[in-house]
Amino acid sequence: MKVKVLSRNPDDYVRETKHDIQRVPRNYDPSLHPFEVGREYTRALNATKLERVFAKPFLASLDGHRDGVNCLAKHPQSLSTLLSGSCDGEVKVWNLTKHECVRTLQAHEGFVRGMVVRYCGTSFFTIGDDKTIKHWKMEAPGYGEEEEPLNTVLGKAVFTGLDHHQKNAVFATCGHQVDIWDEQRSTPIRSFTWGVDSFSSVRFNPVETELLGSCASDRSIVLYDMRESTPLKKVIMTMRTNTISWNPMEAYYFTCANEDYNLYTYDMRHLENPVKVHVDHVSAVLDVDYSPTGREFVSASFDKTIRIFPKDSASSREVYHTKRMQHVICVKWSADSKYILSGSDEMNIRLWKANAAEKLGVLSPREKQAIHYSQKLKEKFQHHPQIKRIARHRHLPKVIHHQKNELRVMKEARRRNTGEKNDGNPPRPPFKGELAIWAGAREK
Amino acid sequence: MASPGEADANISHVEKKKKPPVRYWQETQGKTKDDNKAEGQKDQQKKQQIQREKKRKRDEQLGGGKKVISGKSDPFPGPAPIPKDKLEKFKRKGKIQKPHQQHYKLKDIITRSEEASEMAQKQAARFDLLLPEDAGFLEGDEDEDTCMISQEDIADAVDITSGTKYFNLKLCQFGPYRLDYSRTGRHLLLGGRRGHVACVDWQSKQLMCELNVMESVNDVKWLHTEHMFAVAQKKWLYIYDSNGIELHCIRKFNDVLRMQFLPYHFLLATASATGFLQYLDVSVGKEVAAICTKTGRLDVMCQNPHNAVIHLGHPNGTVTLWSPSQKEALVKMLCHQGGVRSVTVDKTGLYMITSGMDKKMKVFDIRAFKPLRSYFLPTGASCLSLSQRGLLSAATGDIVQVYRDVWSTPVTKPYMAHRVRGSVWGLGFCPFEDVLGVGHGEGFTSMLVPGAGEPNFDGLDANPYRSAKQRQEWEVKALLEKIQPELITLDPSELSHVDRTTFEQRHQDRVEALGFDPLGKEKFVPKHKKKGRSSAAGIERRKRKVAHEDQRDVIRKTVEDRMKLQEERNKMKEKKAA
Repeated sequence: MKVKVLSRNPDDYVRETKHDIQRVPRNYDPSLHPFEVGREYTRALNATKLERVFAKPFLASLDGHRDGVNCLAKHPQSLSTLLSGSCDGEVKVWNLTKHECVRTLQAHEGFVRGMVVRYCGTSFFTIGDDKTIKHWKMEAPGYGEEEEPLNTVLGKAVFTGLDHHQKNAVFATCGHQVDIWDEQRSTPIRSFTWGVDSFSSVRFNPVETELLGSCASDRSIVLYDMRESTPLKKVIMTMRTNTISWNPMEAYYFTCANEDYNLYTYDMRHLENPVKVHVDHVSAVLDVDYSPTGREFVSASFDKTIRIFPKDSASSREVYHTKRMQHVICVKWSADSKYILSGSDEMNIRLWKANAAEKLGVLSPREKQAIHYSQKLKEKFQHHPQIKRIARHRHLPKVIHHQKNELRVMKEARRRNTGEKNDGNPPRPPFKGELAIWAGAREK
Repeated sequence: MASPGEADANISHVEKKKKPPVRYWQETQGKTKDDNKAEGQKDQQKKQQIQREKKRKRDEQLGGGKKVISGKSDPFPGPAPIPKDKLEKFKRKGKIQKPHQQHYKLKDIITRSEEASEMAQKQAARFDLLLPEDAGFLEGDEDEDTCMISQEDIADAVDITSGTKYFNLKLCQFGPYRLDYSRTGRHLLLGGRRGHVACVDWQSKQLMCELNVMESVNDVKWLHTEHMFAVAQKKWLYIYDSNGIELHCIRKFNDVLRMQFLPYHFLLATASATGFLQYLDVSVGKEVAAICTKTGRLDVMCQNPHNAVIHLGHPNGTVTLWSPSQKEALVKMLCHQGGVRSVTVDKTGLYMITSGMDKKMKVFDIRAFKPLRSYFLPTGASCLSLSQRGLLSAATGDIVQVYRDVWSTPVTKPYMAHRVRGSVWGLGFCPFEDVLGVGHGEGFTSMLVPGAGEPNFDGLDANPYRSAKQRQEWEVKALLEKIQPELITLDPSELSHVDRTTFEQRHQDRVEALGFDPLGKEKFVPKHKKKGRSSAAGIERRKRKVAHEDQRDVIRKTVEDRMKLQEERNKMKEKKAA
């Protein structure tokens, strides 16, 4: 007879010395691993709960300004440098790793309306309520030297917005009209007007570097091409836009922060309808900034919260608020897409994590693998009701919670009366009276 | 690491170009012969060119684009082929049925997830070649019958360690013994009727603990590790430590006759003499469910390892299936004409084998609830047990018979047989070993059954060679992944199905609340076109086109449904014929 009985050599299955790692033979046969779906679901539930447990986004508060922070500027070359301008004309340069202010200078009398660091990172521009544009060096002055701007340009009217070109020595300001300046000249090289008396902000497109967008006080957004002599397009909305921000990865998308508590993402080629309407704030949205990945953006609102939206979703994925943080005036997403900086009314700049439950620092390979696995599990089971409920849950201050409920009730009533679906997609065809467009009109 | 794309095997040489419909002003079939010839030649030349290009491209692809200096080419181009049965073993669900008009994002997600799933399936199938151990086997000589080979012969023929796995424990004093092997197969628990309880590491013959509980013992079961076990004593349920210390006396569980432990839910299911089926969560120590089965005394019980459903056998010949979330039985099957004596289910959850007072042993397909085979045993089997590789052991009196492949081919004689001293009271195969444990009136016998155990275990699940640290880590992870008892259903993957009924219910509620259907198709209004394309005829034409498309969708759907029904009918016919 031929017989073989299963007999294993323990030397093959047990480690030789205690300094070795354990031997773990694997067999992926599904019959040895029953209840795949149930076990994965339980792991996904645990992962979602742990994400909420570890969601501690607030990192630091930068203290030092003596009046509300009006604008922030990122340094294009250095991740740890931040510039901020306040409502009393002070500009501070901060070191984010040490959470301390490195340099202070009195830039203007009155508000610092806008700031931008030049693309080379060696100098920066500020505009203020004293109708000046000042060009400063990034380096702190040496011992005994006084803080002097490199250049001061006096304008005819107050400037309200400032942005610098990505590659050329050209910057744009807005006030009564949108001006394009050459750094060496003291008068603008080109001005754009379209029958509007004031503009609130101007932004260069980071991808198509010759394009500009600006927000005007007649509730419109005007698009310009620097090479042309007249503005390109205009879209008028129901309420005024405070700021726009271009998507750094997609050349034609920009998001505007509107006074009617919403944010609108437009495709600049088709301005008749916004691509997406982002609805979640309960008060005017004051500032918006895109993540360098182009997939998400952060918005700062008058209702004392910051919200993070995915670029194609109508609702926010995250909301940050603190009892001490009052109306958030400006917000920036750091260039390594990990941190969010917010400047608010109570003279503080706060540093937050972009992913609230992320572990910072160097991770070991096993940690990374575990994090990837949990991410994938959460994504796989995201639609199950229990997991969705836990993942969506965010604590909101009572005022904002009540206000949200009120707005929801009002919207439901409106929808019932008019019968339109309002799921973040714009109505097709557009409602008369709500949007209108003049495309390519060359009249002033 | 990912397998590269496989070479295209079915490139057709002829390009399937759609010919535009012939117009009245084009040349009709009555062409001149010369023209035909010239055109034919041109066509041929073109075809040849295309063929040559494709061949060149294919050769390049196969060669990986590499040009070897010697000019030789790879005799086995492409990635290594995977045997089909291995690929089938790792297949989960079939491909997702994609609806025809779908969002581009949904299409993308489905394609990606299907690709990843296929890649995982192929990798797992490839890894299967690397498994270290092979299963055991027993083959008799030409005139020898395997069931005639005695255990002593087998023990002499194999190596020493395997030979020591055949042993007898002579324990005549304390009554017939019930046994249980722990999940890793390392530890054995014995419970004698008259109160003797012992736990042993049976491979090294080291006694872990031995005690006499001074009461009659109905059943013994290991809990999730070898550190705790449950004993169903005369009145109540007791839980002991592996050192013999009594940890708990659970008075809520009274008159327990049989127990089953569900390892992935940490539930101990107990069947009592009063007809109650109770579930105890051993991780938190709470009673999860107490079901009054109203079917009398419950002394035949087994679990389905695939979906954690408890099977109970009754004296009226029925087998009922229970889940802790329902007060009624999930399924009631009439299996035998007399009472049911024993039930067992295989590890894949496909087959259930029952034996009854009518001396029959029946094999059922438990997914479709159909009887497959029926065997006649002259004395009827009092105990049944299935091994990990599908060997069935049946105890008739004091003889234990082992059958191989009970469900695929009709079995005429047993694979092995062995006679023990007393009448058999308990049977159990040891996981991951070729050993069958028999508890009988005169003690315990461990017999060798080559080919019973799964040769390759998974180190992260049940590892017989785990250290204490590994066991602790495993225990923590297992407790974190403990599945809630509400998820025990007949189909364990039900959680991954789309819940259409709830969706439809919610949709109906929304339609009622809103007054119109938000997902309904909007009426097609053709766009107004310029240059005379918006005449009445043009508009009608466009409307008709869209209507035809809709009609085509409906027809396609009905045809698909009909094809499915036809296939199912064919399958049923084939099954009946087989």
